[in-house]
Amino acid sequence: MKTNFNDEIVKKFAIATVLWGIVGMLVGVFIAAEMAWPLLNMDVPWLTFSRLRPLHTNAVIFAFGGNALIGTSLYVAYRTCKADLYMPKLASFVFWGYQLVILLAVLTLPFGYTQSREYAELIWPIDILLTVVWVSYAVVFFGTLTKRKEKHIFVANWFYAAFIITIALLHIVNNLQIPVNWHLSYSIYPGAVDAIVQWWYGHNAVGFFLTAGFLGMMYYFIPLQAGRPVYSYRLSIVHFWALISSYMWAGPHHLHYTSLPDWTQSLGMVFSLILLAPSWGGMINGIMTLSGAWHKLRDDPIIKFLIVSLSFYGMSTFEGPMMAIKTVNALSHYTDWTIGHVHSGALGWVALITIGSLYVLIPRLWNKKAMYSTKLINTHFWIATLGIVLYIASMWIAGVMQGLMWRDINADGTVVYSFAETVKATYPYYIARFLGGTLFLAGMCIMLYNFIMTVKSRGDAVALDKLEGAVA
Amino acid sequence: MVMTSGWSIFIIIIVVAHIIGYSYLLWSTSKMKAKDYKEGETTGHEWDGIQEYNNPLPRWWLYMFILTIIFAIGYLVLYPGMGNYKGTLGWTQENEWAKENQDVLAKRAELFSTFIDKPIPEMIKDEKAIAIGERLFANHCSTCHGSDAQGAVGFPNLTDDDWLYGSQPDTLVQTITNGRNGVMPAWGAALGDEGVKQVAAYVREFSEQGQDEKLVAEGQKKFAMFCVACHGADAKGNHMLGAPNLTDTTWLHSFDSGLVETILIEGISGKMPAHGELLDEGSIKVLAAYVYSLTHE
Repeated sequence: MKTNFNDEIVKKFAIATVLWGIVGMLVGVFIAAEMAWPLLNMDVPWLTFSRLRPLHTNAVIFAFGGNALIGTSLYVAYRTCKADLYMPKLASFVFWGYQLVILLAVLTLPFGYTQSREYAELIWPIDILLTVVWVSYAVVFFGTLTKRKEKHIFVANWFYAAFIITIALLHIVNNLQIPVNWHLSYSIYPGAVDAIVQWWYGHNAVGFFLTAGFLGMMYYFIPLQAGRPVYSYRLSIVHFWALISSYMWAGPHHLHYTSLPDWTQSLGMVFSLILLAPSWGGMINGIMTLSGAWHKLRDDPIIKFLIVSLSFYGMSTFEGPMMAIKTVNALSHYTDWTIGHVHSGALGWVALITIGSLYVLIPRLWNKKAMYSTKLINTHFWIATLGIVLYIASMWIAGVMQGLMWRDINADGTVVYSFAETVKATYPYYIARFLGGTLFLAGMCIMLYNFIMTVKSRGDAVALDKLEGAVA
Repeated sequence: MVMTSGWSIFIIIIVVAHIIGYSYLLWSTSKMKAKDYKEGETTGHEWDGIQEYNNPLPRWWLYMFILTIIFAIGYLVLYPGMGNYKGTLGWTQENEWAKENQDVLAKRAELFSTFIDKPIPEMIKDEKAIAIGERLFANHCSTCHGSDAQGAVGFPNLTDDDWLYGSQPDTLVQTITNGRNGVMPAWGAALGDEGVKQVAAYVREFSEQGQDEKLVAEGQKKFAMFCVACHGADAKGNHMLGAPNLTDTTWLHSFDSGLVETILIEGISGKMPAHGELLDEGSIKVLAAYVYSLTHE
């Protein structure tokens, strides 16, 4: 069967997703090991935790997650619009430009070139390149939507659209800086304003990059793999609008009990609580799509990935609003509980939905009947789930323990535990977390093997439903 | 923190608009009940083989959503949130901190009341007081003096009998409250290379006999000229100035001859920071009692 450009560009993104995923998670496992065994940095500056941590977060969020989102969004757009991608050459530029941004991140962050803004560490010249790439991506995506041969826009595309527009807005507003030289620049915002702009960005990166975008993925790949209609159109409308509007307010919960004014903190807290129902709306719509076909959860490991990802999504979007409550936050803030929460979302939701979607997508892109080995998908599922559980359970225990130790004071007003004592107490949990991360990384390596074997395998799918209407 | 009323109104308007928006969204989409919905009926659209049902909103989910909205409204009435509106409780994070702090101080005052009026030599017999003193020491003093109070190079050992400023209760309180600045001036220019060697030999002779006799003899003469003002004619130091006793084997910095000479040439200073502004009087007294207890019974 003839290949077409639409599939070719998505293939590239699929390959990049898996490769960068392995790189980003490998760095994560290494810095997790450094927490347990600090000598591993070998006194080399660019191997220290402080330099590699931003590389890890950027690699897994923007390289692994970003390639997955851009790739699937283009695939979903042209499939559900029955239209070729708009401006194919620009789409190619988006791919190579995005990889260049990632490569530049690898070449700057470990060497200390950073803006020191969490999840926005890239220095200003790279920020500008990313802006150009992102706007080009928006042109390709929205151009494809306008060329659609369907009257209505499929729900997955709403979420991808919200993700693309909002990330452009967040990226530009949070990176307004005055350059001093080629790598150094200063924020235009003063003091507490700068802090809240950063966390407005930071939390919406979670809300739109790590949530809305992946909900787009969920809305296409779950019904597709389950062979069932989406559970409820009206639920998708309510939770879409409620989700994108309430996320915008949630940032201040990262700055509870700081110099941020009380009113801002309160609004951040109440809108974070309102966010619970809209988040769960997406989970319900995804899981209930399987209703009437529950047996697939037993038979199809890809469905396991997709549905379990929604369970983790539901769990972490319940945990998030709870942690945004000020009294809970007073305990959880600055502890490893936060790290656990992030990873139940990042590994449990983002990574599992991506992995599941890729297992659906890969055979379709390379025109195969199925993945090379279903057994390996199943192995991957269990090893990844075990890794996540080990990771988040150890960080929960560690975080709550740290919070309780830090706040424990004697009757005379002195603290019961010195900071070093709390670090010592966390030690076993750092090792457990390292093991959890290692398991998850091992799963990704199994996936890479399965991916390669699928592409190399013979036995092309003869009657895989190729594009109807679009140019093949 | 007060903003202009324009901004305040702006904030109130967008908050209210959002809450009304959610309510309208829920109202307009929840009208359909489960019994009105025909099972298996799709919206009639299809994309890439994917269709959509139009199931009603799950009731429990709808109620949960409404509950969070009600909570938000209640919270924004009680607490600051709507721009400059302070909330009916008058809560601020500064107030909360002040209240917590007051509670801790009150509890502590009660605890202290059983022993704080006793003179320090009496107080050290109170186990509770000494336990508190030990914790205060761990928090405020152990960075320099060590958690065992045995000091380090340049930081005095508090468990031996060698004191720079003295170990009387009042002196300890004074030292902790106002800190100490020990300064030994540089003598390199005045003594000259040879003089430095001689004086070094003289002071080292107290701790390690068998230095070069000639140097010691010359050193003693120079010592009498330059050093007696602080260290005294017998080299036993002076608590008034914090000048160390040089005749014992306890050396604050080092006994190494090279270092003794360097200190003679360049001088040296020791600084104990003042804690009067960090700690209240009661804590300082308890702390002094703990330090006193290390060398007294």
